[in-house]
Amino acid sequence: MIAAARPSFVPGPGLPRAVLGAVIGFAVGGGGLAAAGAAGAAGLAPDAGQILGLGYLVGLLGFLLGIGAFRFWLTWAAGREIDAAEEHAAHGRAGDWRRYFRFTTDHKVIGVQYLVTAFVMFFTAGTAAMFMRFELAQPGVATSKDLYNTIMSTHGAMMITVALISIVGGLGNYLVPIMVGARDMAFPKANALSYWMLPLAILLVVLNPLLGGFDTGWTAYPPLSQQANLGQQAYLMAFVTVGVSSILSAINFLVTVFRMRAPGMSLMRMPIFVWALTVTAAIALLATSVVAAAFTMLLLDRLLGTSFFRASRGGDVILFQHLFWFYSHPAVYIMGLPGLGAILEVVPVFARKPLFAYPLAVLSFIMIGVMSFMVWAHHMFVSGMAEFFHIPIMLTTELISVPTGIVFLSALGTIWMGSLRFKVPMLWVFGFVWAFLIGGITGVFLADVPTDITLSDTYFVVAHFHYTIVGGTIFGLFAGTYYWFPKITGRMYDERLGRLHFWWFTLAFNLTFLPMFWLGIEGMRRRVADYPAEFGLVNLFVSIAAVNIALSVAVFLFNMVRSWRTGPQAAANPWRAQTLEWQISSPPPVDNFDRIPTVTATPYQYGAPGPGSPAPAPAEGGLAP
Amino acid sequence: MSAHAATGSHGGATTAPGSNVLLGVKLAILSEVTLFGALFAVYFVIRAESPGWPPLPGLERPELLLPGLNSLLLVSSSGTMQWAVRSARGGNRSRTVRWLGLTLLLGGIFIVVQGYEFATNGFGLSAGTFGSTFYVLTGFHGAHVLAGVALIAIVANRARLGLISADRHTAVEAVSYYWHFVDLVWICLFSTLYVL
Repeated sequence: MIAAARPSFVPGPGLPRAVLGAVIGFAVGGGGLAAAGAAGAAGLAPDAGQILGLGYLVGLLGFLLGIGAFRFWLTWAAGREIDAAEEHAAHGRAGDWRRYFRFTTDHKVIGVQYLVTAFVMFFTAGTAAMFMRFELAQPGVATSKDLYNTIMSTHGAMMITVALISIVGGLGNYLVPIMVGARDMAFPKANALSYWMLPLAILLVVLNPLLGGFDTGWTAYPPLSQQANLGQQAYLMAFVTVGVSSILSAINFLVTVFRMRAPGMSLMRMPIFVWALTVTAAIALLATSVVAAAFTMLLLDRLLGTSFFRASRGGDVILFQHLFWFYSHPAVYIMGLPGLGAILEVVPVFARKPLFAYPLAVLSFIMIGVMSFMVWAHHMFVSGMAEFFHIPIMLTTELISVPTGIVFLSALGTIWMGSLRFKVPMLWVFGFVWAFLIGGITGVFLADVPTDITLSDTYFVVAHFHYTIVGGTIFGLFAGTYYWFPKITGRMYDERLGRLHFWWFTLAFNLTFLPMFWLGIEGMRRRVADYPAEFGLVNLFVSIAAVNIALSVAVFLFNMVRSWRTGPQAAANPWRAQTLEWQISSPPPVDNFDRIPTVTATPYQYGAPGPGSPAPAPAEGGLAP
Repeated sequence: MSAHAATGSHGGATTAPGSNVLLGVKLAILSEVTLFGALFAVYFVIRAESPGWPPLPGLERPELLLPGLNSLLLVSSSGTMQWAVRSARGGNRSRTVRWLGLTLLLGGIFIVVQGYEFATNGFGLSAGTFGSTFYVLTGFHGAHVLAGVALIAIVANRARLGLISADRHTAVEAVSYYWHFVDLVWICLFSTLYVL
């Protein structure tokens, strides 16, 4: 109907129109404000920040209108019936590559969009890390301190986004509806909208060096973030956009899990990955608006002269840190839980054993979700916050390691006495066990107030959070990507290249970050382009190791691209797994299931022939059992 | 897919589609609760740290009378909204339209009065923390009222066109949840910013 009403010179919904919409939007918003200021209307004297702000806002709206994100809702709002044929077409056709570049409502297409976007960001931010290691390879300043700060901040901001969206948006979108036995997410259009809010925001972060860059890292603490240049503002606006997108997607996941499950799929029969994402979505739903509010207030301080965080005018700088970490510590679990979920999903399949202590693992996920809201101030022991807050936060932080430990135990208990198959996904599980263990143990020293005060802002912290976030999220992401690659692409990856990637990456990762613990204990400060000369040799070693991480990731990229194009056809269930996604063809049909399945048991009935959910199909993928 | 289109919602095959939308709206409201929670927390922290309130000399807290009357309007609009929901459930089209129209009117008047109040308050957004918190808290809420008014207008128009009936009134219900929430937030805001 919209199509019929459209004049012929207006292009149809799609990327070209979206880009056009963004440009026009930016011109109308930013240019309009600038023109009004130039004309002296109503005492307006817009500065560059205000022009960028309004331009981005209207530009984003134009982009979304252009891609066609609102076309169905606008039809509905205008009181017309939505054209069923057009709605069906928006779902995409199997085998049509163009659907990946459109406003497509199929959750599988959106999952791939998220996953590919996340990996592109991962490579970009990884390149930024290579620059950092180049600068840090020798004492002294080889490039420039400002440039280093900007690259460091961009690396952090982008990697945080990768950790937030890769598993949830990518694997989660693709798999959760299938795993609970649904044909799509509860709100397919809102799902596509939450993806298409991202490209412009990501572009803004990538382009921030052109706007002067920013120095604060992803934490954006005032007062520095109030004084810094436009690049800072670009980051703040982009992060608020990512926040809104992730709230929208959290609602979608929760409604899907609570309303769209197939008959017989009781909560305690859900795959553990679905449970992990459910708790993740709940955390995202409750925490994200707090950081969105904080960043918005920071933007208003910069743009409209408010004084929330301006100490000189009665504002409170520490308050920002509280608000920021009230989101950003739970966000650590938004990053971590999906990784843990993917790991626990892979383990039983390759250990041929039921998942150990499944109910306890579920309970632990929920406990982690609840407790993640009680630990935020352990990031602030040196900030000058109220003294009485130190000890309670230290205790809650130590307590949260109990449910985390139980999840860990669930993985180990499943491995114990299992008939292990050392396929690539399982290798990543072992990599995870090692990395996350180190991350967890070193976390204790950062939870305890006395040691944290000494170690704050040193490379010990850098090493710790790389061991937890890479160990938890990225190892989980690689495990999940290899595990579900045959399902998503319909082809097998190259096992030998996969092994090469694993061993190279894991060794290089450990050689990069283990020495950083020592550097931190010795007192090397993080976030600084230069350091005392005596650390030179260790830093050179770390830089060489870091280059090896990048090279191993290149192997991964090569393997993925080549296997997707020319890899051998994958069977429906090459791993002989029992979750629902393996009971349908690879790749799944557009509507997932011809008939909605009825579930009769948990998906982890390995080694015990019995009333398994759907009977496990025989292996056909040419893989040894 | 045609079933989705017919109900105008995005429900799946396995449950009643309307209930998905209603659960989604409830969850969205939950996330809004934490949004306003953060804003209130900021207000109370900053106010507690200030030597007095308003902290700067020459600032007066806004008068109570006009915003008080305005609050009554918004509170009563929750009542009219609920009547609209009841009429929609009963399948009474003309009444649904009338109650929705009245709600729209009350919401519209609220916005206009608040705009007038903003213009005549005598302090601006940059009047220290006092101005910042006052305008950002009421502004966030005002934006929600504005969105609510737009949603009510859309639903009222659909009701007028006969697209809302006894078994197809999810949209009215969903908008009513949202509207009651916006109303509740205002009661908290009014008691905090004006009275307390």
